[in-house]
Amino acid sequence: MTTLNLRISLTQGDFTLELDRALPLSGLTAVFGPSGSGKSTLLRVIAGFQRAGGRLAYAGTVWDQGRQFVPPHKRRVATVFQQPRLFAHLDVAGNLEYAARRSGQMAAVAAAVDRFDLGSLLGRRTTALSGGEAQRVALARALLSGPQIILMDEPLSALDQKRRATILTQIENLRDDAKIPILYVSHDTAEVARLATNVLSLSEGRAIGFGPATEILNAAIASRDFSATEPGCLISARVCGMTADGLCRLEFPGGTILSPEPAGRTGADVRLFIRARDVIVARQRPTGLSALNILPAIVTGIDARGVSADLALSCGGVPLRARITQRSVAALGLEARSPCFAILKTVALAQN
Amino acid sequence: MSAPDLAPLWLTLKLAATVTVLLLVLATPLALWLARSGSRLRPVVEAITALPLVLPPTVLGFYLLLAFNPNAPLGAFWLTATGHSLTFSFAGLVIASLVYSLPFAVQPLQAAFKALGSAPAEAAASLGAGPLDAFLSVIAPLTLRGYLTAMVLTFAHTIGEFGIVLMVGGNIPGETRVISIAIYEQVETLDYASAHLMSGLLLAFAFLTLLALYSVNGRTDGGGA
Repeated sequence: MTTLNLRISLTQGDFTLELDRALPLSGLTAVFGPSGSGKSTLLRVIAGFQRAGGRLAYAGTVWDQGRQFVPPHKRRVATVFQQPRLFAHLDVAGNLEYAARRSGQMAAVAAAVDRFDLGSLLGRRTTALSGGEAQRVALARALLSGPQIILMDEPLSALDQKRRATILTQIENLRDDAKIPILYVSHDTAEVARLATNVLSLSEGRAIGFGPATEILNAAIASRDFSATEPGCLISARVCGMTADGLCRLEFPGGTILSPEPAGRTGADVRLFIRARDVIVARQRPTGLSALNILPAIVTGIDARGVSADLALSCGGVPLRARITQRSVAALGLEARSPCFAILKTVALAQN
Repeated sequence: MSAPDLAPLWLTLKLAATVTVLLLVLATPLALWLARSGSRLRPVVEAITALPLVLPPTVLGFYLLLAFNPNAPLGAFWLTATGHSLTFSFAGLVIASLVYSLPFAVQPLQAAFKALGSAPAEAAASLGAGPLDAFLSVIAPLTLRGYLTAMVLTFAHTIGEFGIVLMVGGNIPGETRVISIAIYEQVETLDYASAHLMSGLLLAFAFLTLLALYSVNGRTDGGGA
């Protein structure tokens, strides 16, 4: 466990980033928040591209404090940017060797090529790569620079859904076996839910929470200033086998959820992201319905938002959210502590 | 017609080559600073850099002549350091040309660095490359076109200078008698045959350099930005 000590303050125009926290980093720590919350600026400060007043230290070494400043190239911080920023005058192999030569890890190039499946691309010009290929090269290059921490600034945002899935898996593998702390900036709830071990939640330049992903994400999603993100809830569940017709059975304190998507081997802990708009509410247990997952719940709060309302529900103590119309709230006579049934239309797996 | 005297041509090429090499080295940090700095001094420095574009060469030459005088600090320093006077010498011509051709080296480089942006430099730093390493391994190769433009413009512009040479260099064969001065003298002495030859050479050279520059620039569009 390595600690990142932040006591920084930085003003740019009318935006101020102000943090005073010691973050123990292990696995992947997501820096999460709506756009304009200071996520990317924080990453630039940690990388050393921007200076901030205060004190910045990592693993006991002061990087930035008053006149003491360790320049970016001496920090051993690798950054994977939103755009891959490959060197256009070098081919793929040249880009990888650029990093490896400077870190003295030329022997590791072959393994990195294997890990990111770059064998067929080595002689390719970087301008002839697809977005996904380029980002894989950028990840390999970052790893080969021998970093003590890897920063990723929305590395998936420029990619389409299909390519995203490949890179997500590779980032997951990197998190699990490279033993290098990763700081990952994103405003995408599903991405963070799937990847993050811990989450640092930012809002308007301030930290509003740090802790295990499920806890922080649910708090952030529930808060009002998070309207930019898809509202929903993250729940932890455990895989407990398959049904005869091939559905995956996931158990959590609120009951059993069936998922058509394979979630992993029996006993594995997974996270599910359930979007508020995928939850319907009924007063009686419905019959003759195609939905697989119907869970008994209790209304814990009603948050009116124009014509619609966000219901906070409790499923055996686990929070869920449902977005329905005000008219339905009135028609069903819902109020706090009303018992009801939550019907899940779809369940998105956010595998851990 | 006697055999033409080609000494002014060689002297001119020597001057232009020296100035080009020195200026590319000197203009690089200045252009980098101008492209990146947010300092309030930037416009001031930018204006000073562009002065040689608008000032008559005689004005520049006049001030340089004053500076080269052995009683002025620069002239005195040069005299004690080398034992030679800067006025009417090849070294004086080099210094004068550095000033005169400065914008032709700085401006294309500044534009190239600006177009490149800070992204490649940041990527290089994050991979452990120090500033000089990053410049040589990433920034310079990615701004090669800017360097080519700066090189050709500086070289060609130095070859064509006249007024400033006349002011600070005079007309000493083998020392300051460059091609433009030689042509001027040939016309004055009604030696039109020699003037034709030299002028023709210069015209052909100027056209070919510009042709080469524009062809290369047209071909390698992008340059990796």
